[in-house]
Amino acid sequence: MKTLFDRVFGGKHGLTSLAVLALILLAILPLSLDIFRLNLVGKYLTYAFVGVGLVLLWGKAGVLSLGQGVFFGLGGYCMAMFLKLEASDPISTKIQSTPGIPDFMDWNQLKALPAFWEPFHSFPFASAAVLVVPALLAFVIGLAMFKRRVGGVYFAVITQAVALIVSLAIDGNQGYTGGRNGITDLRTLLGHDIRSQQAQYVLYFTTCVLLIGVILLLQWMLSGKMGKILLAMRDREDRVRFSGYDVSAYKVFIFSLAAALSGIGGALFVLQVGFISPSLVGIVPSIEMVIFTAVGGKLSLYGAVYGALLVNTGKSLFSENFPQLWLFMMGGLFIAVVVLFPNGVAGIWQNLTDKTSRWFAARRKAPATAPAVEVNVPVSLETETSKTP
Amino acid sequence: MGQYTASELWSITAMQSFAGFSLFSVLLLMALGLAIIFGQMGVVNLAHGEFMALGAYTVYLCSQLAHNYAPALIPVYFLFAIVAAFLASAIAGLFVEWSLIRFLYKRPLDTLLATWGLSLIMQQLFRTIFGAREVTPTLPDWLMGSFKPSESIDIPINGVFVMALTLALTGGVWLFMYRSRLGLRMRATVQNRNMSGAVGINTRWVDRLTFALGCGIAGVAGAAFTTIGSTGPDSGSRYIVDTFLVVVFGGTASLLGTIASAFGIAQAQSIFEFFLEGTMGKVAVLMTIVVILMIRPKGLFANKVRS
Repeated sequence: MKTLFDRVFGGKHGLTSLAVLALILLAILPLSLDIFRLNLVGKYLTYAFVGVGLVLLWGKAGVLSLGQGVFFGLGGYCMAMFLKLEASDPISTKIQSTPGIPDFMDWNQLKALPAFWEPFHSFPFASAAVLVVPALLAFVIGLAMFKRRVGGVYFAVITQAVALIVSLAIDGNQGYTGGRNGITDLRTLLGHDIRSQQAQYVLYFTTCVLLIGVILLLQWMLSGKMGKILLAMRDREDRVRFSGYDVSAYKVFIFSLAAALSGIGGALFVLQVGFISPSLVGIVPSIEMVIFTAVGGKLSLYGAVYGALLVNTGKSLFSENFPQLWLFMMGGLFIAVVVLFPNGVAGIWQNLTDKTSRWFAARRKAPATAPAVEVNVPVSLETETSKTP
Repeated sequence: MGQYTASELWSITAMQSFAGFSLFSVLLLMALGLAIIFGQMGVVNLAHGEFMALGAYTVYLCSQLAHNYAPALIPVYFLFAIVAAFLASAIAGLFVEWSLIRFLYKRPLDTLLATWGLSLIMQQLFRTIFGAREVTPTLPDWLMGSFKPSESIDIPINGVFVMALTLALTGGVWLFMYRSRLGLRMRATVQNRNMSGAVGINTRWVDRLTFALGCGIAGVAGAAFTTIGSTGPDSGSRYIVDTFLVVVFGGTASLLGTIASAFGIAQAQSIFEFFLEGTMGKVAVLMTIVVILMIRPKGLFANKVRS
């Protein structure tokens, strides 16, 4: 029987991964980077929330969604609506023809705040909406699709269409959503300036702590019955169904959970970057988030974090220095990860550690090979099964 | 609409339905190639739009050649350019199948990601070779202008040309799939790969040719689009979602379904766009499709077979 400690931290192996990640995020990066770069890292980490959601959904449950940007965006918009209302109090917007409403509404000749904006005056409501709105949309989509046993490629194509619909709908309703420019010029959160250096440090550490908390929570969840069922569902869905489990209910739950996590990511993105726009909702960001996850390793929660950091750092380095090469790199990365490294960086790392532990075991020559075998078995199982999602 | 006279209403109806038919041929052209690749082979090719763009750029190259070296050929070059576009895209398709797709047949979700990567690379290639600006080939005079059956009705010739090409291509694909030996082999391979192999069909080559054919048709579609609009490096990516929705909505395994769904979506879209603002019309159409797909996940014309 596993103890709670083992389940949350994932044993000795998991504890090392946690320590390494915490060391990098909480000590090495803040000490070595200036606040501008650290803010960028904070932004990339908000994508990692989508990434861990995709590890659950795609890696563990075998359902690929190409619409995670929608949930990221919805979370972001919920937070941005609250911040925008706080920034557009009647005094600072007194030059508008209707003071007290967000500037883009005034530009679009709206005379009053639309009804669906009203509850976003309240911070508790907005924070709850960050989780609930994405989860609710995912619940509806998931219920409709998974109950009818739609999966695989169809699900991917339809979620991609949803991403297009939502980004077009936000884009097309300028008066209500800010249109293509999105919601910009966000200043304070409950009276604290979010643009100051101090606030950026606070937000960065909040993001890190929340991210690690989410990973530990998911580890706890996956180490129990849920994890086993997800794995079984991915590999032999029919047998799980015949054993009496409601496969679609599990999928709906995982999809909604991944959506809620993406929503948190979106909200933290808005707080750190100070705006949100439909360009973060559409098809391209959604599929890019999938590639972060694939690069990190779609089976590894920690991998998703490294994937988001690596790809985005690469993106900003390349698009600053060789904008021509960036798309070649990105395209090559997609192909290479899929064809050559289906388990991403985490898979490569796992292979390396396996080889070294086998090498050590062989050197000892004694019957001490047992621990090496213990490490190997689950790994080879995972890599084998992951080839047939 | 009380302010319109009867004849004006008639003209609006005529033009509106022409717009609908025009969009129908565009959607059908885009979807035909994908109906073969996705519908028959089950390969999700997200680079399909880029194969269209490849066809369009081939036409542009041909027009530059004709313009610079043989101005006398300008009236007829376009017909050859269509063939060239087919060949260019088909050969590129052969190469892509050989180098990438064939390793991924059993992993549809991975194909999706790999072909997205391919589409990024192709877009950047177009941008590097042809520049970021959109290009338009020199069109022969007979493609310009419009018919005027009555004073208020105005039917552009290029639209009619695209329709005719769509009709010819759809007929051609139908003949090929249902009346030719290779088409027979393709359908056999789709239905039962092992049995097809057992009776002596080289299923590996059939896969390769099917993929190349689908890409070639995408190339022809791209060639046809040069008569309507200009071509840029990311033109292809603009069409990809629509194209997939047409194929999925129609039911992947039937050519008839693809035609019907292209027709339905095109008419709905041109009507919605007449009454709503531009993007919201599109949103309404896409929403309708997605909702219908949630109710009927296998599309309108699903084959009632076990899979």
